[in-house]
Amino acid sequence: MSSRVVVLDYGSGNLRSAQRAMERTGAEVTVTSDPRTALEADGLVVPGVGAFSACVASLKKAGGDRVIGRRVAGGRPVLGICVGMQVLFERGVEQAAVHAEDVATEGCGEWPGTVERLKAPVVPHMGWNTITPPENSRLFAGLAPEERFYFVHSYAVRHWEFVASSDRIPAPAVTWSEHGEPFVAAVENGPLSATQFHPEKSGDAGARVLANWVATL
Amino acid sequence: MSLAIRVIPCLDVDAGRVVKGVNFENLRDAGDPVELAATYDAGGADELTFLDVTASSGNRETTYDMVRRTAEQVFIPLTVGGGVRTTEDVDRLLRVGADKVGVNTAAIARPELLGEIAERFGRQVLVLSADVRRVREDAAPTPSGFEVTTHGGRKGAGIDALEWCERAAESGAGEILLNSMDADGTKAGFDLELIRKVRARVDVPLIASGGAGAVEHFAPAVAAGADAVLAATVFHFGEFTIADVKQSLREAGHVVR
Repeated sequence: MSSRVVVLDYGSGNLRSAQRAMERTGAEVTVTSDPRTALEADGLVVPGVGAFSACVASLKKAGGDRVIGRRVAGGRPVLGICVGMQVLFERGVEQAAVHAEDVATEGCGEWPGTVERLKAPVVPHMGWNTITPPENSRLFAGLAPEERFYFVHSYAVRHWEFVASSDRIPAPAVTWSEHGEPFVAAVENGPLSATQFHPEKSGDAGARVLANWVATL
Repeated sequence: MSLAIRVIPCLDVDAGRVVKGVNFENLRDAGDPVELAATYDAGGADELTFLDVTASSGNRETTYDMVRRTAEQVFIPLTVGGGVRTTEDVDRLLRVGADKVGVNTAAIARPELLGEIAERFGRQVLVLSADVRRVREDAAPTPSGFEVTTHGGRKGAGIDALEWCERAAESGAGEILLNSMDADGTKAGFDLELIRKVRARVDVPLIASGGAGAVEHFAPAVAAGADAVLAATVFHFGEFTIADVKQSLREAGHVVR
């Protein structure tokens, strides 16, 4: 039986592309804002574009942060994409408006760390870039090192702060990329996975990442 | 590890059909934007741009349907420009599957539109499309000698092009599509001076457009500061392919996908 995947509709993101790309993996995909359906699905995709603060506000209004927390507590897979990854961290620091001062917004806090503006000569980081996954990555299994993925973002996690020291629980698999400086391109941590790039817009390489994730459901 | 230079084919569409003849073999329907988009995707396009030239607003529904059908089958980024006047237009295009939206004339008429779009959807969706030419001798000069035009390059807007690009990037444009109206259609190469000057003024990604006539024309545009290169006719008529352009860029030492 094919896996049941919910793409969480909380008013952010190109949901149609996420839905269609996910369907290509063979999953049965529903786009909904209903917390119960999102909670019960085999896999939950959390998309997101735009401002961190706006995404967090809409996500919390839709009860999405609680759904994510409960799913993770129950070992049920969640995949955050782009700002849908960023909101999983403790906080985002961004300009409140054009020309305004930086303000910090609290995220879902599933991982410690801060989403900040990338320090690079040209921002947004827009286009196809390479990544360096660790050996224990499952998301990037079977993908060649020269494969490229589509990024479009001005903010990123520049420091990975979660130091997990346990002999029994596998450490999170953190994948890095670089634009002016290194930043976190993907995280795989038990049931919680996330990518800063858009797998649904990354052609065949992106399709492979999504298929790898669906295979874990 | 570094970002690849993007090669972007641009398709002019009218009421959901590709116009400005496309001349590919093995296409069942050269006017079908979805089939063409899939062909360019398979050919290595890093993004696709649709320029909607639909004159009648009553035909906009066909544009939305075209974007919807394309986004359902092609899994690379899709930019749609032409006729975008309000944040509602942007919302509609994003909802049917566009990833980025190009704004041109409406932003000249009302520059606040850029900030409104950026605040509501994020600056990553907003591409400022600027049609730029050198100021004619009989016209009022601008500080840089370049001006923004409207009506497909036929009318000067009396705005300095470099100041306009800088202002747009500060107001919320996440990217600038720089069309040289002097170079457009000449097939004599990109306007390198214009690219250099805009690059020096903005730190958002810059797409160079206008003048491509040979594969050798693309690397100099990148060297001048373009992050992406866009062309239409040369690809549509099969004069050379996206792969040819990438090979040429690679030989010049640029990173491509």
